[in-house]
Order: sequence, then C-alpha cells, then structure tokens
Amino acid sequence: MRVCVSWLREYVEVPADVDQVDAALVRMGLEVEEIVDLSTTVTGPLVVGRVERITELTGFKKPIRHCLVDVGNPQPQSIVCGATNFAEGDQVVVALPGAVLPGGFAIGARKTYGHLSEGMICSGRELGVSDDHSGILVLPADLGVRPGEDARPAVGLDDIVVEVNITPDRGYCLSVRGIARELSHALGVPLRDPARRDDLPAPTATPAYPVQVEDPKGCDRFYGRLVRGTDPAAPTPEWMRRRLYHAGIRSISLAVDITNYVMLELGQPMHAWDAATLRGPLVVRRARPGERLTTLDGVDRALDPEDLVIADDTGPVSLAAVMGGSTTEVSDSTVDVLFEAAHWDPVTVARTARRHKLPSEAAKRFERGVDPLIPPAATARAVELLVEYGGGVVSPDVLDVNTVTPPEQITLAPDLAGRTAGVEYPAGRVVQLLQEIGCDVRAAEDGQTGLVVTPPSWRPDLTDPADLVEEVVRLDGYDKVPSELPIAPPGNGLTATQLRRRTVARALAEAGYVETLCYPFVGPAALDALGLPADDPRRQAVRLVNPLSEEEPALRTTLLPPLLATLRRNLGRGQRDLALYELGLVFHPREGAGTTPPRMGVAHRPSDEQLASAETFVPEQPWHVAAVLCGEISPSGWWGAGQQASWADAVEAARVVVSAAGISGDRVRVQAAAVAPWHPGRCAEVLVDGVVVGHAGELHPQVCAALEVPRRTCAMELNLDAVPLPGIVPAPRFSTFPPALIDVALVVDADVPAAEVQQALVAGAGELLESVRLFDVYSSEQLGEGRKSLAYKLTFRAPDRTLTGEEALAARDAAVAEAAQRFGATLRGQ
Amino acid sequence: MTYRNDPYDPKQVALLDQATLDEAVSAAEKAFAAAADPDALTAARPAHLGDRAPVSLARREIGALPPAARADAGRRVNAARAAIQAAYDARLAELREAQAQRVLAEERVDVTLPWDRRPRGARHPLTTLMERIGDLFVGMGYEVAEGPEVELEWYNFDALNIGPDHPARTMMDTFYVAAARVASGAANVAGAAGAGGESAAPASGLVLRTHTSPVQARTMLTRRPPIYVVCPGRVYRTDELDATHTPVFHQVEGLVVDRGITMAHLKGTLDHFARAMFGPQAATRWRPSYFPFTEPSAEFDLWFPEHREGARWVEWGGCGMVNPRVLVACGLDPQEYSGFAFGMGIERTLMVRHGISDMRDMVEGDVRFARAFGMGV
Repeated sequence: MRVCVSWLREYVEVPADVDQVDAALVRMGLEVEEIVDLSTTVTGPLVVGRVERITELTGFKKPIRHCLVDVGNPQPQSIVCGATNFAEGDQVVVALPGAVLPGGFAIGARKTYGHLSEGMICSGRELGVSDDHSGILVLPADLGVRPGEDARPAVGLDDIVVEVNITPDRGYCLSVRGIARELSHALGVPLRDPARRDDLPAPTATPAYPVQVEDPKGCDRFYGRLVRGTDPAAPTPEWMRRRLYHAGIRSISLAVDITNYVMLELGQPMHAWDAATLRGPLVVRRARPGERLTTLDGVDRALDPEDLVIADDTGPVSLAAVMGGSTTEVSDSTVDVLFEAAHWDPVTVARTARRHKLPSEAAKRFERGVDPLIPPAATARAVELLVEYGGGVVSPDVLDVNTVTPPEQITLAPDLAGRTAGVEYPAGRVVQLLQEIGCDVRAAEDGQTGLVVTPPSWRPDLTDPADLVEEVVRLDGYDKVPSELPIAPPGNGLTATQLRRRTVARALAEAGYVETLCYPFVGPAALDALGLPADDPRRQAVRLVNPLSEEEPALRTTLLPPLLATLRRNLGRGQRDLALYELGLVFHPREGAGTTPPRMGVAHRPSDEQLASAETFVPEQPWHVAAVLCGEISPSGWWGAGQQASWADAVEAARVVVSAAGISGDRVRVQAAAVAPWHPGRCAEVLVDGVVVGHAGELHPQVCAALEVPRRTCAMELNLDAVPLPGIVPAPRFSTFPPALIDVALVVDADVPAAEVQQALVAGAGELLESVRLFDVYSSEQLGEGRKSLAYKLTFRAPDRTLTGEEALAARDAAVAEAAQRFGATLRGQ
Repeated sequence: MTYRNDPYDPKQVALLDQATLDEAVSAAEKAFAAAADPDALTAARPAHLGDRAPVSLARREIGALPPAARADAGRRVNAARAAIQAAYDARLAELREAQAQRVLAEERVDVTLPWDRRPRGARHPLTTLMERIGDLFVGMGYEVAEGPEVELEWYNFDALNIGPDHPARTMMDTFYVAAARVASGAANVAGAAGAGGESAAPASGLVLRTHTSPVQARTMLTRRPPIYVVCPGRVYRTDELDATHTPVFHQVEGLVVDRGITMAHLKGTLDHFARAMFGPQAATRWRPSYFPFTEPSAEFDLWFPEHREGARWVEWGGCGMVNPRVLVACGLDPQEYSGFAFGMGIERTLMVRHGISDMRDMVEGDVRFARAFGMGV
C-alpha cells in the first residue's frame, strides 16, 4: 500500500521527520518498504511560469510552439514546447536550466527548432506526479501562485510517499484510515476517523435501486446511492489524480477515480454502475452453471457455481467483490451513477479471486476483511466528491440490505497478556490499550472473572484471546519485553542417525570430497541419460503439479543426476579434477498411492489411527549419500605421477562411508554387479550383512557421453538408511604376543574374484589368522593365459603364546588348502 | 715381555718418566687431531690407546717399582691414559657432529615446493552452519527434530492454523505434489509432461514443505511437554533462482512448549542465539508481524557489529508465541501449556555472517565456495 503523507495528515498529525514516521509504522508492525520525499525527486530550479506569448512554428512534422514565459525575471524566458494544450495567460510548471527531472533527465539551455530554449514546460508524467503525458500540466487559475515561485507545492512535489507492506491479518491497514489509526497509536496523537460522521442518511423505504440479496451468507450488506445528472466529461481533479497516481492506481474517469479514492481512504472497495445500463433489479446470487461474464479487463470468463455474482435481467453483470462487468461500467456517456458499497464473504472472494487469477485491489481487501459498518460513510464520501466535481443531484433514496452480525465477544483473562509476555502490566493498562484500538471492554457479569471484549468492526482478525494479547503487547511496545532464558530439561543429544550423517559427511570431506547441496528436481531426460531401463524403479518418481521447469517435473529417486550436473557445472568453470559428494533425501512414491489422504480437522488432535493412515500417503524419503569424481584423484607433480580417479576410488568412497557409519570391515562385502548407470564390467555392489546398500564404480561410457562428463567418471551411491546403525561397539581383545608373518602367492583363474579367494584363506586359516592383506596382483606369460597371481600377507597370532614356526606354517597350509579346494589355487613356484 | 714379579729394572721403568708420559699424551693428541673422519680416528686409536700403546706399556712397568713408588706412578699413568682417552672422545664427538652436519646439509630440500599432493575436500557451509546451530541448542538441552520434505498439507498448513482459504496459503508459493498414479510399471517420470496435469489429477494432499514448521506439529503430536527442539532442514518455494532467491533453501526453527513459557523467554533465547553466532556484542530487536501459527508474532532484526559493510541491523527471522489453536490441533491444552517458536533462513544467516552477496554462490555447488570454508563455519 502506497500512500501520500499529506493524505494521512488529514486524519492524524504526522511529524515532519520522515525517520520518525518510519519508526512509528515499524513499531506498529507495518513494514516500511520505502519512503520517498517527492521534493528530492526533482532537483534544481522548478518554478511557476505564466505564458506571455505563443508563436506557432510551422514547417515541422508536428506542431511546435515558441513561448515567452514569465518566470519572475525582468525578461521572459524563451522556451520551445511541443504541447498545444495551453493558452497565453496560463500558469505552467517550468524546469529551468540546471534542473534534473525524475529518471536523471537534466534540463539545459539549447537551440532547437531555430530558437533558443531556456528550460522546459513540464507534463505530469515528466514531473513524476501523474501518468498524464497528453499535454503539459496547466495549473488551475485559482491556485494563487505567482511566476517565479517554487512550483513544487503547486504540483504536490512537497509531499512524501510511504509504501508499507500489510500482513494478511491487518486488512484495515490497506487504507489511509487504517494507517492513520496505527500512526495515532504509535505517536500518541488523536485520530480523526473519516468513517465517523453524523450526517449519514437512514435507509429509505424506496431503495436507490432495487436489489435482492439471495445469498446473505455471501453478501451480508449491500448499500447504494444514486447520483443523477452528472457531467460525464467532468475531469478528475488534479489532487485526486496525484494521490491515485502515487498509490499506483491509474486514472480512468471521475466516477471510477472516486470509487478508487474512497477505497484507498476508507478501505471500502466500491463500484460505480452506469444506472442507465442496468436492466431490471439487481440480484446477488451464486453463478449458474454455464454462465459467462466479460469483466472490466476485457476477459470473457466462465463462471463457477461458487462465484458470487451480481445479475440483472440480462444475467451476471459483475463478478461480485472482485471485478465489475464491461456492459454496465461507467462510460463517457454516463449521467446517472449508482454507487455500490457492499460487504462480501472473505472466503468466497478469496476463492473467486484465486480461481480467476484476479487478485484485484477490491478482492485483496475483501479477502482480508473490510469493516462492514462503513458502507454508508464511504458512499457519502463518494457522493460528495461526485456532486462537487461532476455536478448532478443525489437521490434521497438509500439502499441498504443489511444482515451484518455484530463481532463475537471474547472473554479475556485480565492477566493473560502479562503471563504471555512476561511483563507486569499495571491494573487498567490492558483495558486502556484495548480501548485504544477500538475495543469495547466490560467486566464479566455474574461474578465471573475476566474481561468481555468486543473488537471493533474493522478488526475481524481479533477472534481469540491470543489476538487481544498481541494487541496489548504491541501497543505497549515489543521493546518492553524483557530478555530471560528458559531452563530446558536435560536433553538426549543428537540421535544415532544424526551423528552418523555428520560422521559420514566429515569422513568424505576428509577423504578429499567436496560437499554440495543440489536441487532435487529431475526430468525424464536425466534418467534417460543415466541409461535406466524402462522398468527401473528409479523411474517411479514423485511428480510436482507446478514444477519450475517442465523439463524437471519430478523429484530425484537417485542423487546422481543433480550431482553429475553439478560436476558438469564445475567442469564448465575450468575445474578438471573433481570429487563431489552429497547427503540428501531421495523420494519414492508409495506403492498404490493415488487417492487423497483423509481430511483431518484442527478443532482437536486427530486420532492416532487418522495420523497413521495419513502417514501412509507420505512418500518414502530415505537418506542417500553419493559421490562422483573425475580427473586425477591425486595430481602429478614434482613428487611424481598423479593418479587418475578410477572405479577403485569410488568403491573406496563407499567403504569410507560404511566404515564411518560404524560398520566393521568384516560385515562389508563387495561383489560384481551390472547396474545402470555404471560400466557393466566396473560396477560393484556393496553389501552390509549380506544386504545390498548401494553401488560404486566407473560410469558407463555412454552415460559419460550423454551427460557430457569426462570418460571414466566414477560414482557411488548408497542408501544410508539401509545401513544398520552400529549400536554399542564391543571392544576388541587383542594379543600382545609377537605375530608370525607369512606371504603366500596364489595362482588362480583370472576371473576368480580376489575377495572370494581372500574369504577362502580366512576360512581355511582358522583362528590363528589375525589379518590378511592382498598386496600384489599380476598376470604374466609364465603364469599362462587366463591365470593371475594374488600375493597375500598373512599375519598369524595366538592370544596366549608365541606361535612356533610349525604352528604358523600349518595354519598357512590350511588356508592355502581351502583356496585350492575352492578355486584350484596353487602356490606360485610349485 | 716384563712380568709383575720381574726384578726392578731402572731402564724399563724409564717408561714411567713423567716426560715420557707427557710425550705420549701430546703425541696422541696430535695424531687424533690429524684424523679427518671417524674412520681415520678409529685407525689411529690402537697406537695410543691399544695394548701396545706407550701408556699401556708403562702401566705394566708399575709392578717393577718399589712398593712405595707404585701409587704415584699408577696415578700418573692413569692420568695420562685418561687424557688420551678424553682427547679421543672429544675428537670423535667433534668428527661425528661434523659428519652429521654434513649429512643434514646434503639432505637439504626446497620446502617451498608446492604441497597440493592430496586435494582437500570440504563440508558445505550451509550444512556445517546448521550443525553448529544444532550443537548450540543441544548444549542448552534441546534436541534436533526432523521431518519429511514431501509433507502432508495438513502438517504444512492446516495444523499451523493456515486454513484452506487463508491468504498466507497462497503467499507461500507452494510446490504441490501430483497425485501418484497407481503403480502400473509404466515409466512415470517419462509421462509427466503429458496430458492431465493440474486439473485432472486428484489432489495428493502433499506439498514440498514451505517451511520447517510442520516439524513443530509433528513434534507436538508425538512428544509430551516439556518440548525443547530445533528443526533444521530444507524447504521449498516456487521462486526462480536469482541473486536473492532460491526455490530450495534451508531454515532452522526452534520450538519450546512448557508450563509458563513467555515472550521474555523467547527474547532471551534469541539474544543468546545471536551472541553465540555473531559475537558478544550482538543483539536482537522485534517488530510486530503476522504468522498464522504464532500469536503474538514478531519479526526480529539482528545487530551484527562485525558485518562486512559495517555494524548494522539486519532482518533475521520470525518468531512468536505458539498460537493456542496450533496447540489444540496438536492435542496440547493451552490452559496448561504455552510455547514459543522462532525460525530463520540458513542461507540468509550465512550471507549476513560471512558477507555473501549472491545466493547462487551457495546453491551452484562450485567447489571453490565450499573449500573456502573448509570443515566448518
């Protein structure tokens, strides 16, 4: 809401200091977006001039005038002007050389059209005081200004414009009346309420126009008065135009401008009907199926049976409370104007505005609640203005269909505000503050304790004791609330899963990976690029109704597409060696979902059954962890050659995660798999306790090509929620006797997995084996085609004695024998 | 060869002359000094300290002396031998030290060679900031509560006093979730852009949560007071990414429900939070505002003395007393319990604290951004 301070000053005393105004509004909860001192928008000499002589210049493509203008100097100013809407003797606004108009438009003296032009005669738009650029601004003759005087006051450039953001609960502040009221609270000065007047006529037996309200729930008040015989050509006065302009409202015609002006002043949206265009009585009702209406914005709309309309004999002529219809609008031939000021059901208005995507100024106010008692005052104001500036005679008939119910009373414990705020309010303070905002406050009757509070008609937001508490604390001042720490009971610290996520994240970062937080939006293209088969469960995604991009309408089922996109973005920025990771949620729709969850109310706690049933509609959202890497994992340098990131690094990253998650190595198994998007020969599945928790390896060459990432880019992704929590780790018991170290080199077929040979060694060696480590793999001609040698370092140790050489060798032989039995392994050199 | 029981022979005992002994010492000193390295020194040793060395031979003659002279001669021989040994040890130490110095000098390297052998990883500062905030509140006895990002509308709106027609509901710029098709094995994402869409599909009752507040409702529905929790997490609004907006961002909210909780407690908590995150001189101030789920409500500003562009007030977050309607919807009696809630954007907090001017830096995953913060904020 943008409003001129001069307007506010009509109802409340406003300090000259802009900062004070700012602070006062903020203190009351009106967020100040901007305060513009209009006098600073035009700098330099801007003066009143009287046009002394006009010489029409000919021979140019458009009419050009050379004018001599008295600007208070002994000699008149020579100015060339392209407008023609003024005559000799008119007073105008002249920007002299040195002036700078809004938008940085600097005025200088220059030769143009063969004459010296020492300044500019300004239009409203050039001055930033209206959107009128049809001609220059001619000052009214009765303004009482003289040539050479500062022209700013004459065109309202001495005003200040305040823009405030109004929260949805404070609809009444979408008006000068409301903002002035808040300023009166903040500044402790009286308010002259423009809606409080004692000259309002009573409804008459004959209405100003026949109206039948068929839906009193949707419209509990319909008020109207008729002005006959107005001059359709009467212009809107300059001051009104200016205030509308600064409020951001376009000037249309006098009658329409008046309705907008009154709406801004009092908060009551109004409608001006051309009475001559109405056919038969008006009916307020819901739209009927199939009905259509062309609204003032020229859009032909199909109406919904829930929309409230005003209809005459021809059908709907207004989308009630939201926008009028085009057939009955005031035009340049309108003589009889029917002003309507009604009160509409906020929910109906909100839905209609949303349905038709018409967040009009009227709808915005009705949605947030309009004072149902002000239609008479608003209409009286409109009538006065129209009669004054448009002529005509007001009909004595007053239409008022009124079924407004008074606001509900609220019983308030007198100490509730103090208890809520932690502030001791002196006796009577609560009552005084509530009265200040317009509440009627009485003591409860019949020996009940408490206050019975009736909120003012303009505060439909005040319905609960807590609302009144806020008013008390707000008016007393939020800065009066002291600062005090509550004492929390002992907590349990982070949960095991929270701790685990942190440990995993830190472990990956310490392993050289950089954490990223990617958007979770994906589209079919990204999943196609990963080469996922049509029946891959990762294609079953949660979809959005209104995605930001139609290309990415769904939520990720795997972390990889967004993470690989981030990899690509970094590559595009010149990085070559990258290792990234992300911990985040993926989203899986519930099998068989597709119906709407049961509606749950808010009047009391839903039952456990209801809550549990609703929960079955929430998609599964497990925590995943993924890493991608390309380029060198360790760079080449003066120390020697670097190392290209490989499938093994991806598997290593998976092991880092599982190990950081507290899973001991003997519970982890890795085996070959062939899963998209990985290279079928370089893909490992990672198992914990025999359950697959994810995959790691090199990406499929086609995937790398499709995603435009380097060949041999590697990736791993684990479902962290599938990794069991470690629980309490039992401490190891270890021997302090010396170990016996024995190396064995086994020759096996090339396609025997090393991990399985190792398992055989472990199984065969028995309890004396402390550890086994593969330290070399090679194949050679000597070994023969399709054979490889695996060299293991075996460490034997007994818990209670130093092993003898014979014992260690016997254990080694048993280990080798097991490997021989399972895989035909032979000791190299035998 | 002479033996202890040889008769006294004045010629032989000449070896015990002080002058002879002195000469042996000085000869040894000279020889040791001439040795250029430990090996040469070792080679020189037998001639002066070995069995055939003058002092060794002299010792053997002591027995030939009359008993009265033996003590004196023994002392002198021992002194001479000790002097030679000392000369040897000193020279050996000297040579070893010289050799050690030489090795150290030879092993000298250029330590300014680049040291990027193991590329560094990094945490994302948004995550570590959330962790830090979590830790702060855990230290105060709070717990960290979490909830789903795809959330039931009931938790995101209804339970928080945002009814179906509430203006705040449209102001939230919500991503709505389409009702899932009954699983048919068809590629669901692939068909997303197809016909149907908004109007045809039944309402799923699900949204991408627009704030972390639904976690408050979930917490109140599953725990009994006293409740002291913080809820960090990811939230979504339908804003296009630019320098000041991102459709995916993070919030942290605090919720306390207990007997006798007041706005003063809220203020104290925020002041403490501000000082812990922004230094001992930080402070907060309130402006009345509106949130459906709190009443009274306020927005709060932070006084940040170390702001990159100079000490100033900056908008930080929103807060208020839990609306009794929310307590009722979550099954708590507002007559017995009251509570406060507060929340702020993590992105905004990080931007203010570290002087970040463009939202995109936090969102795009450029490794240079996260690396600048290392393992924490």
